[in-house]
Amino acid sequence: MDETKESFWRSFREKKVGVLGLAMLVFIILVAVLAPLIAPYDPNESVDATAADVLAPPSPEHILGQDEVGRDVLSLVIYGTRISLVVGFAASFIVILIGCVIGLIAGYFGGWVDTLLMRITDGILVIPALPLMLVIIAVAGRGIINIILVIGFLSWTYMARTVRSQVLSVKERQFVLRARAIGVSHFGIIVYHILPQVLPLIFASATLDVSYAILAEASLSFLGLGDPTMVSWGSTLNRAFMRGAVTNGAWWYLVPPGLALAWVTLSFAMLSNAVQEIINPRLRTHHLFDERKMVSLMHRITAPKIVDDAINEI
Amino acid sequence: MIQIDYILRKITFSLMTLAAVIVFNFFLFRIIPGDPVAMISSPRMKPETRDLIREQYGLDKPIWLNLDAAREEDRFAAAFDSQFFYYLKNLSQGELGQSFRQKQPVADLIAMRLGPTILLILTGEIVAILLGTTLGIIAAWKAKSKIDALSMFVGLLAWSIPSFWMGIVLLTTARGYLPSGGYETIGAIFDSKLDHWLDIGRHLVLPALTMAITLFGSYIMVARSSSLEVLAEDYILTAKAKGLSTFKILWSHALKNAALPLATVIALDLGYALGGAIQIETIFSWPGIGRLMFDSIAQRDYPVLQGVFLLLAVSVISANFLADMTYLLLDPRVEA
Repeated sequence: MDETKESFWRSFREKKVGVLGLAMLVFIILVAVLAPLIAPYDPNESVDATAADVLAPPSPEHILGQDEVGRDVLSLVIYGTRISLVVGFAASFIVILIGCVIGLIAGYFGGWVDTLLMRITDGILVIPALPLMLVIIAVAGRGIINIILVIGFLSWTYMARTVRSQVLSVKERQFVLRARAIGVSHFGIIVYHILPQVLPLIFASATLDVSYAILAEASLSFLGLGDPTMVSWGSTLNRAFMRGAVTNGAWWYLVPPGLALAWVTLSFAMLSNAVQEIINPRLRTHHLFDERKMVSLMHRITAPKIVDDAINEI
Repeated sequence: MIQIDYILRKITFSLMTLAAVIVFNFFLFRIIPGDPVAMISSPRMKPETRDLIREQYGLDKPIWLNLDAAREEDRFAAAFDSQFFYYLKNLSQGELGQSFRQKQPVADLIAMRLGPTILLILTGEIVAILLGTTLGIIAAWKAKSKIDALSMFVGLLAWSIPSFWMGIVLLTTARGYLPSGGYETIGAIFDSKLDHWLDIGRHLVLPALTMAITLFGSYIMVARSSSLEVLAEDYILTAKAKGLSTFKILWSHALKNAALPLATVIALDLGYALGGAIQIETIFSWPGIGRLMFDSIAQRDYPVLQGVFLLLAVSVISANFLADMTYLLLDPRVEA
């Protein structure tokens, strides 16, 4: 296992795109962890704002200017990193959990179990995700826990499909057949023999799920359904938009949160591109199959193949 | 035979998904905490009036099955005298209930907003298709060149930027040059129909452009990858050998073959574009379905929200069905 890990790192270091993506990601994680140290101001602190502070343009004291109540925009963006990453990772954890269980069971047992689970998966895939999230959050309430749960529970479909297709090929391999012949239980075979083979693929597609979850949170918050007690990029943009940043041309308030979002999305896409290429160099299959996958994912903001192509091209 | 089997299977799947959405839509809005009657009545109303409202909306009946009535009346059909079957019956007649806030039927509200949304999505889609396909085919033709890398970069950028942010940036940039929101100039009197259309067109530019930019990133990539595949075929080489012009080869050979995969992507996109319209319409105050959804969330107008969600789900399910059918045209051997 250590040897494969080492060879993985060796090939990873050769992928410039992946290394850059990882560096971008490490940077943003450091920003999130060290937010109280780096941020020049505390966004939760109340400010004694004068009229001059309202939507003030960048100045030496406030590098990215101030918002409509005089808070420092740079600090808002730095603190926003935290909620984005927490939602991203927590929701992907749910995605991995549900996607793995469904994918493993469907792929391993096959037959009507497989058909039933995959029909349910396809059914969830065709229901428009953003409107469904909006409706559920509007009804259930806008807490951070609700947001994480909704994103997690509606985004596992691609993971389940990926895991399933991998299990289908793994379960026919010799060591699985042998384990079955000597009487290892179904549970034992799935957990000890099949899961380890599928794990790398799970991580590769989970990286894309993280960026999808981050964008979903931003969209919800932008539409006013974010957690009202927390500062996030989406809610910052929502306030900027609702409270006159556009009419005042306060670009310093509007641009940074969006760039931060693009930064995170791109870093995860690049990272996943490199990982997928290492673990599965023959990933490219028939274009019909891939486009279908691509489209369903494009809307889940995770489009491995096409995005990979684009990254490779540049 | 296989094809009929395939079509039947897809129809069954679409219908079952639709049924699940309908049941879910009913269920979700019953778990809202609090008394629904409290939302439409005022606290000063007499209890009798409230009971009347409750009766009017059928809220005095049991949720799933009215077994008590069936037993009392000794009639099986009476069991269906419940909220759920009331909802189904109304739905089958196109009746989506009454808005809490606007005292208007939900179906009318939606019908009023449908036109602007269709106009927005169609314009955005057409611009995205034209731009995306052209760039994608050029990129494939000049594969591995600077133009290729540039158009891929543009595509990737367009793909990774959230549409609501794109909208805000465009709105801020174009401030003063183009109308910042709405569907038409309010209160303006137009000399002719043409003037009115031009006015709507000016309002349409920014939202449609935002929609086009969000969509076209994926079209560049799809057009490029499918043309690359076509361009590698032998008959393209034959066409070149025959001395056909570049334009002719691209137009009659490459584009024709890249068209169907694109059609699939577009069919799937149409449904999703409705969802994406929520953000864009919110930013530009475009009076469409998306803005209606946003407003009804803000005002806790649940019947409207329920109706809009149902409409969106139906559109996406139908778009998916269409995409499955274009698959059949594409490759008659399709399976699952």
